[in-house]
Amino acid sequence: MLKTKIIKKLWHFTVELELELDNSIMVLWGHSGAGKTTFLHCLAGLCKPSSGIILLNDRTLYSSVEKVNVPTRLRNIGYLFQDYALFPHMTVKQNVMYGLKNYKHLHLTKSPVNPLELLNSFGVGHLVDRYPSQLSGGEKQRVALARALAVQPELLLLDEPFSALDKNSKIKLRQEIKDIHTRWQIPFILVTHDEEDAGFLGDRIFTLNKGVPVTSSIA
Amino acid sequence: MFAQLTDWYPVILSIKVALIAVTVVLITGLPLSRLLSRVDFPGKDVVEAAITLPMVLPPSVIGYGLLMIIGKNGLLGQTLGNLGLSVIFTWWAAVLASTVVSFPLMYQSAKAAFLSVNENFEKAARTLGATEIKIFFTVTLPLAWPGILAGLILSFARAMGEFGATLMVAGNIPGQTQTIPLAIYFAVESGKEGIARTLVAIITVFSFVVIFWVNRWAKKQKY
Repeated sequence: MLKTKIIKKLWHFTVELELELDNSIMVLWGHSGAGKTTFLHCLAGLCKPSSGIILLNDRTLYSSVEKVNVPTRLRNIGYLFQDYALFPHMTVKQNVMYGLKNYKHLHLTKSPVNPLELLNSFGVGHLVDRYPSQLSGGEKQRVALARALAVQPELLLLDEPFSALDKNSKIKLRQEIKDIHTRWQIPFILVTHDEEDAGFLGDRIFTLNKGVPVTSSIA
Repeated sequence: MFAQLTDWYPVILSIKVALIAVTVVLITGLPLSRLLSRVDFPGKDVVEAAITLPMVLPPSVIGYGLLMIIGKNGLLGQTLGNLGLSVIFTWWAAVLASTVVSFPLMYQSAKAAFLSVNENFEKAARTLGATEIKIFFTVTLPLAWPGILAGLILSFARAMGEFGATLMVAGNIPGQTQTIPLAIYFAVESGKEGIARTLVAIITVFSFVVIFWVNRWAKKQKY
């Protein structure tokens, strides 16, 4: 469960967004430059909001009133970058394993995910020894998803996940993301400028214009 | 044409001086370039210009500047003298001269290399729970390495070739502070052309082999 209110002043406008999210997919839709990525960055702790509050499963990650700002590495929020940001000098396997050692202390209670099984379930298990430059766009995205989920995040943020894919891969991956969401049962926030993707994936859709939500609909 | 080298001291000293200088430059230049590629503060441009200055100043100016610092009556020289230490006209002064002139080359290369690393890789590592130190050693440094290596080669070559400042602060004492460039200059001046040619051949072949080998190695590091 995510509860948040974020106010982030940018030089030409202010992003202001308040939302509550259970284990569903929320889509943030808006034109480029509408403040979507800024909002995700604030949630992940990659940038600091001007003011507001972020509560994830009753843990305070950020609060301007209480002066709390948990660093990114302790937030346990998965992030799928628009360019996937797979480490180019590591194999697929090394990429997916990267986060596991860092999160040992956080996951003593949970049973660990086997990253190789995760890769298998995403249909990229045979690529473990490849480097990212040897993968197609769709394969990169599956590996990046596996890497983000391997550390068992409590929230997954997806920044324009289909922008680098052709239409066929996109339609396939859209369905896969929906299936993954059903299996993982954590809140997803997905940013897109594509109306069709928004309609297909979103349990709820926020339309963002110059930082302020203009409509909120339940699909 | 080539004369048999009876004294190998300049060759050994040059390599020793260049290796120490490059080590110092690496240890100090990497953190500084990393820091200045990420933080911004008033007067940063002035600091960066000052760091780059030894690259463009005449070596005699560097030499004179160092004399004012470590000379017998220099700022640091006096303090060291009171402790019974002296750097001036020892091979450590040659190390100092080589370090100062090669530092900007390392700094510039490393800074460009760090800036070339896509910040999203570091952000991704952060969301995967890595500490900043781990990110530096497992993501930033490996990705910046080819550029840093280029800086290392340039610094090494510059340190090996240092002449003017070295002559002013370390002098030309055979068997003590005489590096290859100094030995070549004084061999030519005293008419020992054969010795000069041998030393020229040694330093040329050595430098060529180092650059060739490192370039080949860097070519293999493709992802």
